[in-house]
Amino acid sequence: MLSKRVIACLDVRDGKLAKSVKFVDTKDIGDPVHKAREYYEDGLDELVFYDITASSDRRGIMLDVVERVAEQVFIPLSVGGGVRTVADATDLRLAGAEKINVNSAAVQRPALISECAEAIGNQNVVLSMDVLRVPVSERIPSGYEIVINGGRKPMGIDALWWAKEGERLGAGELVVNSIDADGTRDGYELTLTARISKSVRIPVIASGGAGKPEHLHDVLTTGAADAALVASMVHYGDYKVSQLKQYLHGRGDKVRLSW
Amino acid sequence: MSIAAAIVDYDAGNLRSVQRACHEVGLEAEIVGDPDLLRRADRVIFPGVGAAGAAMQSLSRRGLGAALKEIIARGTPTLGICLGLQISLQYSEENDTRTLGLFEGEVRRFQLTDRALKVPHMGWNEVRGIKPHPLLAGLEAGDEYYYVHAYFPAPADRNIVYAVSDYEQEFACALGRDNYFATQFHPEKSGRVGLRLLRAFAGWEGTC
Repeated sequence: MLSKRVIACLDVRDGKLAKSVKFVDTKDIGDPVHKAREYYEDGLDELVFYDITASSDRRGIMLDVVERVAEQVFIPLSVGGGVRTVADATDLRLAGAEKINVNSAAVQRPALISECAEAIGNQNVVLSMDVLRVPVSERIPSGYEIVINGGRKPMGIDALWWAKEGERLGAGELVVNSIDADGTRDGYELTLTARISKSVRIPVIASGGAGKPEHLHDVLTTGAADAALVASMVHYGDYKVSQLKQYLHGRGDKVRLSW
Repeated sequence: MSIAAAIVDYDAGNLRSVQRACHEVGLEAEIVGDPDLLRRADRVIFPGVGAAGAAMQSLSRRGLGAALKEIIARGTPTLGICLGLQISLQYSEENDTRTLGLFEGEVRRFQLTDRALKVPHMGWNEVRGIKPHPLLAGLEAGDEYYYVHAYFPAPADRNIVYAVSDYEQEFACALGRDNYFATQFHPEKSGRVGLRLLRAFAGWEGTC
């Protein structure tokens, strides 16, 4: 039986680990390579690197960080932030990323998803979406809207529609990041996650809001997520990855326990 | 001059992750796309991610399919991974492709009835039904490997199956015969459990 995955997201700015709270006011909290290795040794299932400055400041992608991590971490490595072209994706793959996350650029030019899928395979293209809760309207019937550029720009696109469109265009996996929940540590956006997960046939990674172990259990069950993304709760040392997995195991969730 | 280990390069995915993992276990592997160079390798890794159709075309175009068959027939320790395993069988439903035929059997797409199960089968899954094999030494029931695939191998001969895994249905995840061993999972992405397999391969003489 397939295990539910615990994935750590390392937001990187200028090559250093940062964690955003509602996408503003980021603060440095360490070296991404060191953290990556630490989590890997503690049973992490997958790593996501996100260059949080790339979209708005147009910085180059941190190929060097990726390369150094790939040399010592032997679990799937997913990288995103500022991926605009197939060349960006293939460069990151050569540096050692398994999967490539596309976000803002795919919203602005959806063909990017199919182009990447063609070049590196569907299973390696992850569509990451930042979602904001809004009043239900004709334009946004689900009440969840896609925003881009680190949460700054609402796009008038329904998140549920976009998830299905992303799957149709060739994404192999979705990251559903709730801007409302991000950084609050009050738990994932369960309704949003479940609605998206049940409307696509590709894996869904829940993101934003994890603060306690039960939040992971909730999103992997009620939220119907295939994987739970964690950040600050492990970055600040409040919880260890192994502790989260032991907890989930105790709640009856299938997780990988031997590593 | 011989090559300690060759990773077969046929435009089927990112081979550097395999190369890095080999390096981690002390096996210096070269990425090789030339059949004559491949014939000079002491051991061969046949990985691959992508579609069976394109992979077979690329293998034939480069003359690598014939070289692989020859190498395996003469006893070179060889490890197939993921698509490498799949195209070792005779036929794949993916792109309706006739494949290498090193093992009898075919590759089928997952047809799942449970709507909650996603395709591809992506993530960590445990292995069971483990038969003793030098490359699986130390593996215990419940140990997990990392998978990414939408098609699964269905070998005709149960005797070549060294481990199975389950995704609604049981499927073979490790096949072996003589000096050839192949896994549906990705040892290079499976943490220490995966590195252990690669380390065993680095010292394997090709007997089981």
